[in-house]
Amino acid sequence: MTRFAIPISGVVGVLAIIGLLAYGVGSAAPDTGIDAALASGERVVAPAISLPPLAGGEEVSLDDYRGEVVVLNYWASWCEPCRAESPLLERFHERIEDRGGTVLGVDVNDVTSDAQAFIREFDLTYPMLRDADGETQTRFGVAAYPETIVLDRQGRIAALRRGPVDETFLRTKVLPLLEEPA
Amino acid sequence: MTMRRTERPTGRRPRWAAAAVALIGATLLALPAGALAQCPQTSVADLEDEVMCPVCGTPLALATEAPQAQRERRFILGLVEQCRSKEEIKTALVAEFGESVLALPEGGGFELAAYLVPGLALLLGAGALGVAFVRWRRSGRSRTLRDAAAAPTDPAAEAALEADLKRYDL
Repeated sequence: MTRFAIPISGVVGVLAIIGLLAYGVGSAAPDTGIDAALASGERVVAPAISLPPLAGGEEVSLDDYRGEVVVLNYWASWCEPCRAESPLLERFHERIEDRGGTVLGVDVNDVTSDAQAFIREFDLTYPMLRDADGETQTRFGVAAYPETIVLDRQGRIAALRRGPVDETFLRTKVLPLLEEPA
Repeated sequence: MTMRRTERPTGRRPRWAAAAVALIGATLLALPAGALAQCPQTSVADLEDEVMCPVCGTPLALATEAPQAQRERRFILGLVEQCRSKEEIKTALVAEFGESVLALPEGGGFELAAYLVPGLALLLGAGALGVAFVRWRRSGRSRTLRDAAAAPTDPAAEAALEADLKRYDL
């Protein structure tokens, strides 16, 4: 019996290390379930997230926006495509805010002062949250920046864009949601 | 005629000394604390291998081109120029990017794996080496005994040994 004790404990040790590594990789991997649900025409309820505003203050929950159409945009000031889409998002926000819609920015993995300079540079007026370490992004399957998730008035994910948004995406995916009842 | 030495007032020196000490103390208090410390206290290069570029998933030292890494370096440089210590800069980085910015996490839970896995691997490796060494020693010793037993005997030496044994009546 003792003859097998050492090889068995060696195998167990190696399996334990592999298990830990697999767990680590698996827990950091972005969720791809939303993409699959949208592909089948289904709207899934958005994950519950709470984040502090970029300017500081009490945490804001996504639930606080229930009843509005939310264009949730993950961005960072060092991200070049984010620079390109920000003026469009600002124009779109101004267009929809009186109709029960809003763009909601989430600044991720960024230096706060850089993010604030970015907002001043592009005169962004829509609300901004801050996710220091990107903890919430994996729940939306965000793997790069920018990515935009569109929520309907019931807090369900109705569309998403993995990459910069354009006028067509916003017009075809967001404007119809504004007509839906809360 | 006797010369009288001019006597200094006895209380003057301590009063001067006290005034000087008070003046120096006030000056030191007026200086910013950072000016008293060695400045700069650390460097970007010193921190680069101890913090991560969170988006790149590598230590900052390895992320040379990534835009986020460049911003992070600039942020660190700003703090270095403000004469912040290494620990203060790490704290500021955690406030900006969260715990995951530390190359060696300080938290518990799964983050302990960063320490446990290398330790476990080291133990396993050492154990395997130990077992291999013991087996090698055992096989070497038994081979030596086997070889000795199987070694051919010299007839002349055998005869000499026999003669010696007879001579001493053993």
